[in-house]
Amino acid sequence: MILPLELHDVSFSAGGRQVIGPLSLQIAAGPATIILGANGAGKSLLMRLMHGLLPPQTGRVAWQEPDPRRARRLQAMVFQRPIMLRRSVLANVQYALKVAGIAEPGRTREALAALHEVGLNSLASQPARALSGGEQQRLALARAWALHPEVLFLDEPTASLDPTATREIEAVIRAFDAAGTKIVMATHNLGQARRLGDEVIFLHRGRLVERAPVEQFFAAPRSSEAAAFIKGELPWI
Amino acid sequence: MHNFPGVLGDAELWRIVGLSLQVSLSAVAIAMALGLPLGAALAVGRFPGRTALVVALNALMGLPPVVVGLVVYLLLSRAGPLGDLGLLFTPGAMVIAQTILILPIAAALCRQAVEDAWREYEEQLRSLGVDGVRAALTVLWDIRFSLLTAVLAGLGRASAEVGAVMIVGGNIDGVTRVMTTTIALETSKGDLPLALGLGIVLIAIVLALNAAAQGVKEFVQRRFG
Repeated sequence: MILPLELHDVSFSAGGRQVIGPLSLQIAAGPATIILGANGAGKSLLMRLMHGLLPPQTGRVAWQEPDPRRARRLQAMVFQRPIMLRRSVLANVQYALKVAGIAEPGRTREALAALHEVGLNSLASQPARALSGGEQQRLALARAWALHPEVLFLDEPTASLDPTATREIEAVIRAFDAAGTKIVMATHNLGQARRLGDEVIFLHRGRLVERAPVEQFFAAPRSSEAAAFIKGELPWI
Repeated sequence: MHNFPGVLGDAELWRIVGLSLQVSLSAVAIAMALGLPLGAALAVGRFPGRTALVVALNALMGLPPVVVGLVVYLLLSRAGPLGDLGLLFTPGAMVIAQTILILPIAAALCRQAVEDAWREYEEQLRSLGVDGVRAALTVLWDIRFSLLTAVLAGLGRASAEVGAVMIVGGNIDGVTRVMTTTIALETSKGDLPLALGLGIVLIAIVLALNAAAQGVKEFVQRRFG
């Protein structure tokens, strides 16, 4: 178990501007966590700090597993724009498994099972870069699925997809949740937050303004910033 | 003296063509084997002095062939540090000189290509736990068809240069005489048909290799996206 993840007084500046924090929070196993906030609130940055793609400039990001490589092995991240290697759909999943140290024949078996999970098994031999945007995002999810992560970070995974593709992606995210993977997802789609989330972390200008169960957050936000965001009456838009 | 179209049936001419290809293709192969990983490491790695190394590498693409020839000559000459190898005035010496000429091209063009791709791949690969040598090799393999440009640039430089192979090879008839050195020699001797014939063959070969490379690239890009 690498959860719970603890952030202590984490901050990050870019270009002389404090873009995150100082911020402390704990991410525990269980409820699907949605990170909400306007563009520039620091959602993507916060997830990159959690996932270890960026080191915090102050403070500490601590998993229960002290070895960073082993902690990383139990996390996966799906980005807004999926990056596929110039190989077949199947080979993209096999690559992730190979890096994770899964030997054949288990590697191919796991990869095929993951493609089946996201409904891409019929496209296994196609070049990954020839897939549509929605299919590529499902492949990114298959790649994560094959790794059986304890935590899955999703950075606005449906931001550039049409409603049909979005529904397909959301179905896979629900399957992760049902399989016991901790979901941490950034979005600015309020409907998606309601559909997939159990709790909301609301960021405003890099600070954690509010954290609440989904129903409570949308029904009765405690902070004026969150209330304004929900109403779509953000002062800076 | 030769007459122009007739010279193309000349066995000696095709021996010269064969040696040219053997020397230049060997040099390209060695320079790519060394230069591509070097360029990839430079693209992905972060260490002090990296920028200086990148600038130096880019500058070395313009190395004058005669200077490389001179340095290799000094190294391989009987009194030089590598004189015991007995390589001076052999095709081996010509391969060494051309490898030195092409290596910066291979490494610099590869560095640029991998660096551009790395910007796209970095987060995804690091998320999967890929770093260091494996990351460099993964990107290198993924952009392998773009690297064809580096191979062709290297091949162009090798097959076209005369200064380095002239100095370290000595342009010895039947041993180290290649297309460019023969063209230079026959032109100065006044045997223009042979020089012209070789010039046409040289250009035709370079054109054919580039066309083949482009065909391969287009085929695999359709296949792998």
